[in-house]
Amino acid sequence: MSAVHFTVLLQGLVWTVVLSAVGFLGGGIVGFVIALARISANPLIHGISSAYVTLLQGTPLLIQMFVLYFGLPIVGLEVPPLAAASIAMTLFSSAYLGEIWRGCLQSVPKAQWEAAECLALSRVERLLLVILPQALRIATPPTVGFMVQIIKNTSIASVIGMVEMTYIGKMINNTTFKPFQTYVVIAGLYFLLCYPLSWLSRRLERNLNVAHR
Amino acid sequence: MNYEFDFSFLAEYWPMLVKGAVLTAQLSILATILGFLVGTLCAVASTGRSWIASAIVGAYVEIIRNTPLLVQLFVVFFGLSSLGLKLSATTSAVIGLTINIGAYSSEIIRAGITSINRGQVEAADCLALTRWQVMMTVILPSAIEKVYPALTSQYVLLMLGTSIASQISSEELTAAASRIQSDTFRSFEVFIVVAALYLALSFLMRGLFWLVGQFAFPRRRRLGTSL
Repeated sequence: MSAVHFTVLLQGLVWTVVLSAVGFLGGGIVGFVIALARISANPLIHGISSAYVTLLQGTPLLIQMFVLYFGLPIVGLEVPPLAAASIAMTLFSSAYLGEIWRGCLQSVPKAQWEAAECLALSRVERLLLVILPQALRIATPPTVGFMVQIIKNTSIASVIGMVEMTYIGKMINNTTFKPFQTYVVIAGLYFLLCYPLSWLSRRLERNLNVAHR
Repeated sequence: MNYEFDFSFLAEYWPMLVKGAVLTAQLSILATILGFLVGTLCAVASTGRSWIASAIVGAYVEIIRNTPLLVQLFVVFFGLSSLGLKLSATTSAVIGLTINIGAYSSEIIRAGITSINRGQVEAADCLALTRWQVMMTVILPSAIEKVYPALTSQYVLLMLGTSIASQISSEELTAAASRIQSDTFRSFEVFIVVAALYLALSFLMRGLFWLVGQFAFPRRRRLGTSL
């Protein structure tokens, strides 16, 4: 692999990071709504959000990307692969983050809700002022851990023609015919992106788990 | 939007979809069983006394969990064949998926093993059980029972992950879909149908794991709780 190949590969890495960031931010916003909907007392909202999560967690990301890539033009949106991949990553991450955060919200003891209610706080106030700050602490390690999944899964966007690291890897392989070398280098680059996050996630988890250390 | 949905391709192509779904199920089950064995072995090694073994397992788990499955399959299929080890696409897929799920299983089972109360191990020692017997009859059964739900989720994720094997030309469900859509140009409909099939497969798999759990952990069934 020459220096030129490596430069191109680093450009791909930038796009991998961009797509991961979009997936995380979009997935975070939608996922937060999903988490709230999942703990909602309204059966309709609860049912719809459950169906959403089941649907997205029960189908492969690759298929979701294909459906969006081929489906969006049908509703009149001629989109580039980047947009289709971003939407797919957003939907995919939102389903998982929503479930992770629902668990965190529900792991805050019920007495906290009741105590806040005794202080005459409204439901929104209870959620925002009492429950969320506590849930946030619990949610940080698994959320950082899930960012690793997001980064890894952006590689699937190469299949619908998004030019990120794996796609460029395939192109380099097509010119050099050295697949082992090429893909090991790419795996190494993904590792450099992901390992710090894995490490951080584990570290945060340990800090949180003071009682069982 | 004046798009006309046309699912008529199903009449002609359904055998291909069924064949793909069967291969997807076979890949998943094979990789689940092999991955479970690899994972258990690695978990036992990493909680054992030898620091070399736990270092090797640690490196394996970190490398696999921090790189994409797609790239791992590329390394196994294209990489190994360029080094002279020629494997068919489906064999490569099984190997790649096993290596992948083995690392995840190992982490989950390790968590189960470390959650076993030390008192239980000491009690087993007092009964003059050998280290092997302690592991096989005391630690592993309850460790795996504890982490069974986590393993189930991970294996369902693996089943969804087998779709990536289409990228190394293994003829599973996603690859069948790609071929049908290139024949019929009904891309959207084809992938909707395939998404529904995957959804059905994931329900089926959860049901299967529930059933296996009922037989493998009779204590749980008798108590009617999940421990």
